[in-house]
Amino acid sequence: MKYYVLIPFLPLLGFIINIIFGRSIIKNRAHWIAVPLVGLSMVFGLLTVMDVISGTVINEDLYTWVVSGDFKVSVGFLIDQLTAVMLVVVTVVSFLVHLYSIGYMHGDPGYYRFFAYLNLFTFSMLMLIMSNNFLQLYFGWEAVGLCSYLLIGYWYEKKSASQAGKKAFIVNRFGDFGFGLGVILVFLTFGTLHYHQVFENVSQIAGRTIVLLGYEFDLATIIALLLFCGAIGKSAQIPLHVWLPDAMEGPTPVSALIHAATMVTAGVFMVARCAPLFNLSETAMTVVAVTGGITALFAATIGLVQNDIKRIIAYSTISQLGYMFLACGVGAYGAGIFHLYTHAFFKALLFLGAGSVMHAMAGELDIWKMGGLKNKLRITYITMLLASLSISGIPGFAGFFSKDEILYQTYLKGDLGKVLWFMGTLTALLTAFYSFRIIAVAFHGRFRGSHEQEHHLHESPPVMTIPLILLAIGAVVTGWIGIPPVIGEAIGLEHSAWFYEFLAPVVGHPHAEGSHPAEIFVMTLSIIAGIGGIGLAFYLYSGNAERADALVKRPVLKKIHTVLWNKYYVDEFYGLVIVRPVLWVAKTVVEAVTDIGIIEAVVNGVPRAIGRLSERLRVIQTGLVSHYALWMAGAMFLIIAFLVAK
Amino acid sequence: MVELHWYIWLSLGVFIIGLTGFLTRRNLIVVFMSIELMLNAVNINLVAMSHYMQDMRGQMLTLFVIAVAAAEAAIGLAILIALFRTKAAGHVDEATELKG
Repeated sequence: MKYYVLIPFLPLLGFIINIIFGRSIIKNRAHWIAVPLVGLSMVFGLLTVMDVISGTVINEDLYTWVVSGDFKVSVGFLIDQLTAVMLVVVTVVSFLVHLYSIGYMHGDPGYYRFFAYLNLFTFSMLMLIMSNNFLQLYFGWEAVGLCSYLLIGYWYEKKSASQAGKKAFIVNRFGDFGFGLGVILVFLTFGTLHYHQVFENVSQIAGRTIVLLGYEFDLATIIALLLFCGAIGKSAQIPLHVWLPDAMEGPTPVSALIHAATMVTAGVFMVARCAPLFNLSETAMTVVAVTGGITALFAATIGLVQNDIKRIIAYSTISQLGYMFLACGVGAYGAGIFHLYTHAFFKALLFLGAGSVMHAMAGELDIWKMGGLKNKLRITYITMLLASLSISGIPGFAGFFSKDEILYQTYLKGDLGKVLWFMGTLTALLTAFYSFRIIAVAFHGRFRGSHEQEHHLHESPPVMTIPLILLAIGAVVTGWIGIPPVIGEAIGLEHSAWFYEFLAPVVGHPHAEGSHPAEIFVMTLSIIAGIGGIGLAFYLYSGNAERADALVKRPVLKKIHTVLWNKYYVDEFYGLVIVRPVLWVAKTVVEAVTDIGIIEAVVNGVPRAIGRLSERLRVIQTGLVSHYALWMAGAMFLIIAFLVAK
Repeated sequence: MVELHWYIWLSLGVFIIGLTGFLTRRNLIVVFMSIELMLNAVNINLVAMSHYMQDMRGQMLTLFVIAVAAAEAAIGLAILIALFRTKAAGHVDEATELKG
């Protein structure tokens, strides 16, 4: 049975129907097309996952896409254990977000367009994860980028939204340039783009070098780093993280689906998929780990002081993605993918919860205008609380198991690992702090918004709260398939770390040898960090947050606060170093010389010359038939004279 | 026996009369008549040459020219009537709307 083919193409069908008939016929009924098709896709997806769990791995070419000499690419599907995990994440979260959007986008003038784009995104993301070759991966990679652009700029009348869309697209170009070069280099090296052919022969390139710009580089390192460039852009790692916070201009369901659960994790997926390549290069692995570790801490610190509820969660996403790369960088791909999987649920839940709050508060984003919401928005509050506990790494919740495994594997990775582990544990403290800052400020205390907002406060309709509840269940239980053996043995569970066994055929096991005391040490510290962060947040922000205000008034902290508030001035730095020089070149060189000097001169010059010529010639055209006849006779005379004279 | 060059002189004369009328007269009917004159000058020439060269193709061509002339006269008269209706005069230099 090839029903797995339907998984990506059902959402594509939904996109086609809605984009063609949406404006004229379907209008506000677009969800009747989009939601059932994605639901069906989810059903097929989960059925396929069942097959994979029972041991079937599908790797099939369906259609020859490009043939040019030695270059052959097919459209094909590879459904192995790694794809299965992604299938669960993408189809389930996508379906729940579609469902939630029925309520959240209700009455929006572009309703059908929203669902069409959301369908297109689901299709692209599924093509990305189900591909069995690099080119199809690249297709999905660019297509999700396009959908991200379309959905960030969904409210295109808003200047900030359309600019955020452009920013996301342009920043991703930097990463994708490297990614494209990486794919080309893979083809040049292996002569094929099929995953299994590349990874089978991957050991051949160990130790081979390549000469670039007169220097000799290790071939595997170059390929891995070029591919990682794409991951940096798509997964918003330093230094290309700037687009993700701005992407929050898009509708909240989009932030939940694309900018938290699925698209931004494509980078992690790609690194895990190319694990055999990355494993060849110690340098590349170190770069991945260090980038991830620094990003995790860096983004978490910015998240501490932001006031926009969605931006706090966006920085949290960047930080958590950093964790995933940290795990991949130390060779614990299983832990990275596990965190991807648990993160998808609790982070989508955090965003959808924020959306529910915005729904109740007429689009308010500033957490300082909220407060005391826990009594009015009970379901939203409880689900947000569960998600925050999960992300803070409180034992028993999903985030605990995945984050703990990452920290433990990092700890085992030598001296650099110890440093990164320390940064990771510090990040865990900050994560708990900023997550519960939202809870303490927005949901506890007293209401600080306007009177109208208070009057208007209401819990969201069931079509929005049901996805919240389902995701909340996910945020609690998804971690239970990867319980570390040290706990599993204590509570008498066999095969408690089932998830890592499941993924091992694709990504292998981390090599580091561990010990139970070390694991318990790491675990204890991360629990202390989590609980400490929560306690600190409630201590500082209880009541009217006087303690936090007092803290920020101290001179040194005030300076740090200013730097964090301005996000380390990265945007300003890019503005000065990249955007302004580029605009200057565009204005002075490209516009003045190329555009006006060459292109416009030719384009305008030709018609102007013809116009001038015809102005002279129109004098001949008198409108008198006898004049024309005279011209004719004269011409005839000349022709005859010419013929005779010859 | 009239020699060939007389026919050619005759043809040329008729043609020049037609051409002069075509170029100088303003009345559309006279212009058409001038065109007929030119066509018939050509016919004379064709028939004379056909007889001289003992080749019937020239006389065949004459029949075609007569047919074309008849068609041209029909269209020309239609134009003439249209011009009379819009301008109430048959003068060619009054129809100058299409000039640039």
